[in-house]
Amino acid sequence: MSDALRVEGLTKSYGNGVDALKGVDLVVAEADFFALLGPNGAGKSTLIGIVSSLVNKTAGRVAVFGEDLDRNPRAARAAIGLVPQEFNFNIWEPVEEIVINQAGYFGIPRGQAKVEARKHLTALGLWEKRRDQASTLSGGMKRRLMIARALVHKPKLLILDEPTAGVDIEIRQSMWHFLRELNEHYGTTVILTTHYLEEAENLCRRIAIIDHGTIIENTSMRSLLGRLNRETFVLYLREPLETLPKVADMEIRQQDETTLEVDLVAGQSLSRLFDALNQAGLEVISLRNKRNRLEELFMRLVKEGNAALGQGRIAGDPEVV
Amino acid sequence: MNLRAAWIAYRTIVIREVLRFARIWVQTIVPPAVTTALYFVIFGHLIGSQLDDMQGYAYVDYIVPGLIMMSVITQSYANVVSSFFGTKYHRNIEEMLTSPMSSVVIVAGFVTGGVARGMAVGGVVSLVAYAFAEPRIAHPGVALGIALLTAVVFALGGLINAIYAKTFDDISIVPTFVLTPLTYLGGVFYTIDLLPDFWQQVSLVNPILYMINAFRYGLLGVTDIRLGLAFLITLLFALALFLIAVRMIQKGVGIKH
Ligand SMILES: Nc1ncnc2c1ncn2[C@@H]1O[C@H](COP(=O)(O)OP(=O)(O)OP(=O)(O)O)[C@@H](O)[C@H]1O
Ligand SMILES: [Mg+2]
Repeated sequence: MSDALRVEGLTKSYGNGVDALKGVDLVVAEADFFALLGPNGAGKSTLIGIVSSLVNKTAGRVAVFGEDLDRNPRAARAAIGLVPQEFNFNIWEPVEEIVINQAGYFGIPRGQAKVEARKHLTALGLWEKRRDQASTLSGGMKRRLMIARALVHKPKLLILDEPTAGVDIEIRQSMWHFLRELNEHYGTTVILTTHYLEEAENLCRRIAIIDHGTIIENTSMRSLLGRLNRETFVLYLREPLETLPKVADMEIRQQDETTLEVDLVAGQSLSRLFDALNQAGLEVISLRNKRNRLEELFMRLVKEGNAALGQGRIAGDPEVV
Repeated sequence: MNLRAAWIAYRTIVIREVLRFARIWVQTIVPPAVTTALYFVIFGHLIGSQLDDMQGYAYVDYIVPGLIMMSVITQSYANVVSSFFGTKYHRNIEEMLTSPMSSVVIVAGFVTGGVARGMAVGGVVSLVAYAFAEPRIAHPGVALGIALLTAVVFALGGLINAIYAKTFDDISIVPTFVLTPLTYLGGVFYTIDLLPDFWQQVSLVNPILYMINAFRYGLLGVTDIRLGLAFLITLLFALALFLIAVRMIQKGVGIKH
């Protein structure tokens, strides 16, 4: 079985001198559901652009189902369906036309293209809109239109660059369902980028994290989650705090008068914390988990990567993933 | 991608292109027809009636081939330059770049769309012309052949212009400052026999002169230059521009970072 995607030593320097990719190696197995995560500007879209023939690479090799992008570009392209980050259809064209024309570019006869277009537009809830100009669609509908368009030639590898950006919760969940079906029932390999880490956690079996043009993590979702051994809790107190209580082995930080933050390592007891706070005469009125566990880990990995590179994130913007 | 698939891809672009200009026919077909009608009324009838015959034809009849060619040239260019720039602007060029179709198919598709518009407008302008002038087609094969080749040359020119264009301004510079002057000086309204020697020689550098004269030969049977040379020059231009355009799309000039 050949790999769905094999990327070796891929680099990209844009004309303005930005080194967007600095030697990326990546293998995605056939039938995998793969998450590519990374902060803004990490190089995700650049990597996807090169794989799908929209960006010229500077150096390195890319093969799609064993077809080298340089030696056999057309076979490689034929295997890929792309849902790009930015809308890239002609907004003046009718919805159905956009999908059918895309099939035409892939050499699919019009009759067959119509059948495929109908199937995917219906599945994505756009059939009623088929005659409307794409400009009249809402943002979420436009994303779904791009998914329908990407599937019309039955690609073996579907690449989605932030497909759920700006999509409401209900539609997002139906998109998840749709993508999972595609992966499980049709064996389509899926590569997805997202800034919603719960999305990656929900859908993907493998995950790679890219930062500053370098892959800093590439592992299975399970083993990554297994490494999560620390959680941060936020505690809200009834009365303003005067002195910060001390609890053995626990790091307690004061956020404001009535808010505390506590890091707990796996195995540490929450009851012990509450007992200690009670003794200090502090009443906790509510409690929340600070961040999604994966987000926590993600932040840590990126921070470590940055420290290693000696590069800091934008000050005061630590939550942007 | 086999030949059949390439053909389907080509046809998809062509149909899309033809529908595009056909849907907006008020902007694409009507204006050149109106302009031509004005030329005939003003130059042909009002002024032309005061002029001597030119190469044995009444002035109004003499300018018909040049005016038809003028619309073929401007319309095939305009169609591709605006359509291809539009696909860059809306980024739907990416639909084609991610597909397995070759650069040759992309170029051929857009050029065919431009030729279709050039010929469609040329046809409408001919009908308008013959409302004012005597209908004549001395050598139909020559007329059709040179009109098609010329349309190909300028459709390719429009494509290359659009590949380089970064703003909407960039797509009107060449038509305004290069195409229109060369066409007017290419013998649409006069035979170069009327010019002083020096300007005759200068005119011979203008490729459009050859195209218009070959077409005039096709309709009226008179020409300032040798027919074979006209076809050769036009063909060479078409070939060279085609190779350049294909190469540029292949390399992603102006469309890939
Ligand atoms: N066309 C371009 N010209 C010059 N630099 C570019 C271009 N496209 C991207 N870059 C730069 O390359 C780097 C990587 O950008 P890229 O779009 O690949 O990031 P990303 O991971 O997709 O980010 P985001 O999550 O914001 O979409 C950034 O520094 C960006 O500014
Ligand atoms: Mg991106």
